[in-house]
Amino acid sequence: MSSTLTKPGPGPEAAAGTSAAAHKITATFRIRRYDPEVSDKAVWQDFTIEIDPKERVLDALHQIKWDVDGTLTFRRSCAHGICGSDAMRINGRNRLACKTLIKDLSPEKPITVEPIKGMTVLKDLIVDMEPFFQAYRDVMPFLITTGNEPTRERRQSAADRERFDDTTKCILCAACTSSCPVFWNDGQYFGPAAIVNAHRFIFDSRDEGGEQRLEILNDKDGVWRCRTTFNCTDACPRGIEVTKAIQEVKKALITRRF
Amino acid sequence: MQIHKYDTVIVGAGGAGMRAAIEATKRSRTAVLTKLYPTRSHTGAAQGGMAAALANVEEDNWEWHTFDTVKGGDYLVDQDAAEILAKEAIDSVLDLEKMGLPFNRTPDGTIDQRRFGGHTRNHGEAAVRRSCYAADRTGHMILQTLYQNCVKEGVEFFNEFYVLDLLLTGAPGGRRRSAGVVAYELATGELHIFRAKAVIFASGGNGKFYKVTSNAHTLTGDGQAAAWRRGLPLEDMEFFQFHPTGIWKMGILLTEGARGEGGILRNKDGERFMEKYAPTIKDLAPRDMVSRSIYTEIREGRGCGPDADHVYLDLTHLPPEQLDAKLPDITEFARTYLGIEPYTDPIPIQPTAHYAMGGIPTTVRGEVLADNTEVVEGLYAAGEVACVSVHGANRLGTNSLLDINVFGRRAGIAAAEYASATPDFAELPETPGTFVTETLTRLRDSEGGERVADIRRELQETMDKNAMVFRTEQTLKEALEDIGALRRRYRNVSVQDKGRRFNTDLLEAFELGNLLELAEVLVVSALARKESRGGHYREDYPNRDDVNFMRHTMAYREVDADGNESIRLDYKPVTQTRYQPMERKY
Ligand SMILES: Cc1cc2nc3c(=O)[nH]c(=O)nc-3n(C[C@H](O)[C@H](O)[C@H](O)COP(=O)(O)OP(=O)(O)OC[C@H]3O[C@@H](n4cnc5c(N)ncnc54)[C@H](O)[C@@H]3O)c2cc1C
Ligand code: SF4
Ligand code: FES
Repeated sequence: MSSTLTKPGPGPEAAAGTSAAAHKITATFRIRRYDPEVSDKAVWQDFTIEIDPKERVLDALHQIKWDVDGTLTFRRSCAHGICGSDAMRINGRNRLACKTLIKDLSPEKPITVEPIKGMTVLKDLIVDMEPFFQAYRDVMPFLITTGNEPTRERRQSAADRERFDDTTKCILCAACTSSCPVFWNDGQYFGPAAIVNAHRFIFDSRDEGGEQRLEILNDKDGVWRCRTTFNCTDACPRGIEVTKAIQEVKKALITRRF
Repeated sequence: MQIHKYDTVIVGAGGAGMRAAIEATKRSRTAVLTKLYPTRSHTGAAQGGMAAALANVEEDNWEWHTFDTVKGGDYLVDQDAAEILAKEAIDSVLDLEKMGLPFNRTPDGTIDQRRFGGHTRNHGEAAVRRSCYAADRTGHMILQTLYQNCVKEGVEFFNEFYVLDLLLTGAPGGRRRSAGVVAYELATGELHIFRAKAVIFASGGNGKFYKVTSNAHTLTGDGQAAAWRRGLPLEDMEFFQFHPTGIWKMGILLTEGARGEGGILRNKDGERFMEKYAPTIKDLAPRDMVSRSIYTEIREGRGCGPDADHVYLDLTHLPPEQLDAKLPDITEFARTYLGIEPYTDPIPIQPTAHYAMGGIPTTVRGEVLADNTEVVEGLYAAGEVACVSVHGANRLGTNSLLDINVFGRRAGIAAAEYASATPDFAELPETPGTFVTETLTRLRDSEGGERVADIRRELQETMDKNAMVFRTEQTLKEALEDIGALRRRYRNVSVQDKGRRFNTDLLEAFELGNLLELAEVLVVSALARKESRGGHYREDYPNRDDVNFMRHTMAYREVDADGNESIRLDYKPVTQTRYQPMERKY
């Protein structure tokens, strides 16, 4: 292997636009505020700050919280799209604040930030995640096997492993479920995320719990509620083909083949 | 204030906490308290893999793995613990597979393995394929799999409960026993006392005192700080790992697996500079060496970009299919955060603060040590919060996901067995909530006007500047002075949110207090270690000094009669079994 870079090129700084001094713009964030200790009404509040447009929306929220108004409340941890803490509705679309760059949001206009829909708001951008996790737990999201454990690993072909790869990527952020019109209208519906996680096991060649899981999903609040609006697929920050996964589960229910 | 009683209480629901919980729940009445929802824990960010000498793709064995761990840790590793780590690695990976973890597979359907820094065949001959992985999302899969199995076992979680204090009987120096913990419920602002026969700390790392770091905002060393304030020692805190390949300025990690797959580091001239520093294994040398090499290139003017302040990770010679299959997440990070296409352009990187080798000292059963020999009854620790010490002065990549599984499991079993065999709960101190109530009231009511964000920013700046990859007596003294000043200013910190519900403003202030205390321990320990070893590099003492410093640092917080705090350093011998220290060359 050659020891030098064959294609020095202009360097990625050009692409990243990262000259020494960051170029800042003035941007307004219009944030949905709610604190039941203060008032039982939610209100919009504008914050105008100077910020580098290549920063994340999460950076803007931090800048506001840390330098302007400490009461602004939201969840976050990893800051790079891995932990699923900060799904919110940004300019009317569900996204992770830490994976959305300001420059991609037409920052000349106010950027709206509000909690994800269909879940009880507890304070500012924080919603009650318990029902969401309950739906997840209800689909038995764990490997079910019978018979004796092998001494070594269970064998699985690379193709069988690939079969359910897409749905293993889920970080339980709820962006999909809270973008689903069926879920907004009917809080009983399991929602896409739970089905994604059922899919992850139903199509795992090692799993033997498919029948039980399909029974659960065959329920009146199960997969049949899905109206294939594709909102969930558009919302998923992990690029999971959520609607396709739901369709595959429906098909498995009809054919009982998976 | 509510009082709860459990046999076993686990603080933290990352890999270590949940691995412990699966064992403890089977054996005792167990509660897991976690400040984040379990699946939000930073274990989920781990990318590259988990080491185990499965020998699925080439010859390998646990003895080679032990040797690499000891050598990689620059001989500060306790060799008995490293041997356990390497031996139990094999079952630990197989257990995860049986729990459902979707590892990548070999053509014959076994768990696939790849190369990682510092892991070699036959004591350093050549790189070996030892890392078991699931694309570049191994940590995500571990975290999900463990959570799934916690759901299956019916583990009881208290989500968004922040543990802010540890309750112990006895006084420093005497016999001590754990009585429980004090937790703050985020949703309501209410305090809870959890009485427990056994407590396990699994609360993760403390990298947030650095600015450029791969660590989550929530990695603020709460567990280390709670133990510290109760007079328990912290071991080897000067050893912090700087991972060579963080995204420039942001610190987001790009796994070493990228170099395991063939990625190459290059300077501004396009030169593969690691050939100079580690002729045998080049880009796959251990992290401390690669990080120093990068900064040497930068200092000598061969850095890239207008400020010559970074180097490149070059993946452009790898087939796009390989990048898509093996490194999908990190290539996406480059696209999302830098607007760079890794198929065609090299990625700007710089070392990023990554991993605390030090922490709460434990035995190989996870029991917390009160000094060099005595354990605290009923208190355990595992994972990044702990120091067993299997990582010594420098952790090898893929050995932490392993550590959390092996020692998480061990701590879970030991704690639950202790709890089952212990009939009574330890007495609670008379006013168990005092420290937390007073601290939170002070932070909430103070009109001092100092802002958390300013102090944290300045702390991170001085740590990055003075206590990172290269250190000298002068830089460390500067850091110490800065931290002292910041700690004084911290007394005047006030928060704006005075409410009770979801008061993250208040908790960030508390977390900052932890970071300040721990940063001071790091710097004081680093000042006293007048040698260079693993992740601790002193330019004024560039060589390893086995005569004076082949020993673990044990730092203690002391408070005199007037309430003045100071740090006392003591030392603990390193356990050596098979391997005599040699020069560390790769
Ligand atoms: C980006 C990145 C990539 C990595 N890649 C690898 C890799 O490929 N291979 C490898 O071996 N290692 C890797 N590591 C290291 C490894 O992932 C971590 O060291 C390990 O996952 C730590 O696990 P843990 O369980 O100790 O802590 P964490 O997973 O951080 O969990 C900590 C838990 O404690 C809880 N907690 C914290 N404070 C409190 C409190 N006050 N009260 C209650 N709960 C609390 C949190 O809620 C959380 O649940 C990587 C690390 C990073 C940052
Ligand atoms: S499927 Fe996608 S959007 Fe839905 S919870 Fe999982 S990661 Fe989030
Ligand atoms: S903060 Fe972790 S996903 Fe955004």
